[in-house]
Amino acid sequence: MKNKDINKVPSLEVHNLAASYNRMPVLWDIDFQIPQGVLTGIVGPNGSGKTTLLRNIMGLMKADSGYVKIFGEDLNKVRERVSYVPQRESVDWTFPASVREVVEMGRYRNANLMRRLSKTDKEKVNIALEKVGMLEYANRQISQLSGGQQQRVFLARSLAQDADLYLMDEPFVGVDAATEEAILEVLSELRNEGKTVVIVHHDLQTAYQYFNWIILLNTRLVAAGPKEEVFLQENLREAYGGRLTILSKLSNLIAKSEFPVREKGFKETEGSGDGQS
Amino acid sequence: MASLSNYISILDPSLLVVMAGTVLLSISASLVGTFAFLQKRSLVGDAVAHAILPGIALAFILKGEKDPLILLFGALISGWIAIALMDFISTKTKLSSDTAIATILSVFFGFGILLLTYIQGQANGNQAGLDQFLFGKAAAMRQSDLWVYGGLALVLILAVFLFFKEFSLLSFNPDFAQSLGLPVKTLRFILNTLMVLAIAVGIQAVGVVLMAALLITPSAAARSWTDSLKPMMLIAAMMAALSSFAGSYLSFIAPSMPTGPWIVMSLSLMALASLFFAPKRGMLARLLQQKKHQRKIRNENILKAIYHFSERSDQQKDWLRIEDIQGIRAFKNDSLKEGLKQLNRKGLLLLKSHQLQLSKRGEQEAMRIVRLHRLWEMYLTQRLRLKSDHIHPNAETMEHIISPEIEAQLLRELDYPDLDPHQSPIPYENDN
Ligand SMILES: Nc1ncnc2c1ncn2[C@@H]1O[C@H](COP(=O)(O)OP(=O)(O)OP(=O)(O)O)[C@@H](O)[C@H]1O
Ligand SMILES: [Mg+2]
Repeated sequence: MKNKDINKVPSLEVHNLAASYNRMPVLWDIDFQIPQGVLTGIVGPNGSGKTTLLRNIMGLMKADSGYVKIFGEDLNKVRERVSYVPQRESVDWTFPASVREVVEMGRYRNANLMRRLSKTDKEKVNIALEKVGMLEYANRQISQLSGGQQQRVFLARSLAQDADLYLMDEPFVGVDAATEEAILEVLSELRNEGKTVVIVHHDLQTAYQYFNWIILLNTRLVAAGPKEEVFLQENLREAYGGRLTILSKLSNLIAKSEFPVREKGFKETEGSGDGQS
Repeated sequence: MASLSNYISILDPSLLVVMAGTVLLSISASLVGTFAFLQKRSLVGDAVAHAILPGIALAFILKGEKDPLILLFGALISGWIAIALMDFISTKTKLSSDTAIATILSVFFGFGILLLTYIQGQANGNQAGLDQFLFGKAAAMRQSDLWVYGGLALVLILAVFLFFKEFSLLSFNPDFAQSLGLPVKTLRFILNTLMVLAIAVGIQAVGVVLMAALLITPSAAARSWTDSLKPMMLIAAMMAALSSFAGSYLSFIAPSMPTGPWIVMSLSLMALASLFFAPKRGMLARLLQQKKHQRKIRNENILKAIYHFSERSDQQKDWLRIEDIQGIRAFKNDSLKEGLKQLNRKGLLLLKSHQLQLSKRGEQEAMRIVRLHRLWEMYLTQRLRLKSDHIHPNAETMEHIISPEIEAQLLRELDYPDLDPHQSPIPYENDN
């Protein structure tokens, strides 16, 4: 399955790309190709430039040098074949909009500038919502979503674009096991349809399971290729240990309701109960 | 001049025209301002409003009279220069964006005041009316001006409708808009131009100084009422219309009064009322919500105390006295009585003169709370490695918050433990 597409044009080709913020270099000479029809992980520790790489590929910032080809063309020629999912934290989720309204944004085009969406657009939105299991939440305000639901909404918006190359920034962050499974299923389905999916991911452990093509990044390109060739047993960092998902869920609950963090004037009279042993 | 006895009817045609014009101006400002508000660019709106002054003053000096088209043109130019400079300063220098905004505001405004002072010294200076620019005077607009300003306001409103979809996306997620290949730069340019024009038009009613209020306050107030953009803009427009209606009427019956302060005052009142009384997001609603939570916490604590009592006392006794509960946990007397009554009403507690007893359901509820408390303590000691003498106050709060979903997850992660870190048993439904 891996190399049969090798004679086709690569879905993505990054050539000698370098990028910086305020002259501080963040990416050095990144050079790789991704064939069509693979599920790719861009993997690297925090601050290794994964987001920056994606932003450069999408033309959201100016590279210092190098260029990017998508299906052998300039980005502007193939815009509608590419879908970009920004990092979840990059938007303000208190924005007054409903789930459906956000997913509809995936259908905005130059062709329908200043116009309403067509019937077909709306159908595609419904299908996308269905695929990520958010159809019943379609009219929910986005401010009332959990982190995992927010990721699903972004995924749905991306699916609604009906693209051939998908670039997603950390779609698995803040997501519980069930949602992770669901997202992964959607992604594999895309790949089975012959589409290319590129995922920014920072968890080494799961990266090997999820992807069949891996780009290892740390400011410079460490390695790129089929996962077996890239994942030589140099376990770069031990995993971050058990993550405390329950704790963060609770803090969300606290932030949303009006619960005090500590009860006022708490006092329990003597006696052996929960207080002491 | 209308004398006092000759009270102006609200149906006076000239008043009606002015009112209609002012209402239109304010609606256009509030709609365009919504996007400034959503992009968190309220301060930029304020700076642009002030920065328009020199453009208007220069236009007046060059033309020699208040030709609305020329004034608008002057406003557009200086507003745009201000926006470009602010962008330049905050992206190309090390100064933060609020420094850029403050600098541009004061420099442009200062220059504008200088020019106005010069105009006042001129022969035709009175026609310009310093106050009118600074604080607005709806009644001073001539019929012919009104057609220009009102017409432009309509165009602005129409433009907001046309670009509604794109402007929303631009405000929510500009990177995504760009990734779609939408003409983001052009859209930004259009939105900024609309803002400058809305300001240039709006200052006829409220003046330069208070213009930002007309731009931002309506959407800020409307935000407390709804989580949905279209209704929010509708509410904002209605508030703007209502306040400018009131303001322009007042400026007719009291011609010496500037309109701006009246409009802005009534807008602010509405905003304040929204802040307090809006459902869900309003302070009153939140206060009630807090009160409700406090009651819930107290009542759950009472149930828990009763549970602890029967856990600790050796002899099983069916009916407890109020003092028994006080012996477990020091409740305030009134609060305890209120809580007992509420629990009784909910069927969780049986009351008999001065004695009480948990009902079947009350017992289960008490068990649930104690279980959550002890489970959470387990979680804290096992997963956060907190010392067991540090965890209690935290668990004391969490037991009231933990939802059934989280409880299930806790149980799974901890694998249904029997004892908590203090070696007290964790009670489950089926073991009595
Ligand atoms: N807007 C910015 N201005 C200046 N420096 C930035 C900016 N954005 C990112 N950087 C820096 O560039 C480096 C790479 O950032 P980037 O966001 O691409 O990393 P990442 O691999 O996506 O990290 P993460 O896993 O935390 O998302 C970091 O050192 C970061 O501090
Ligand atoms: Mg990132």
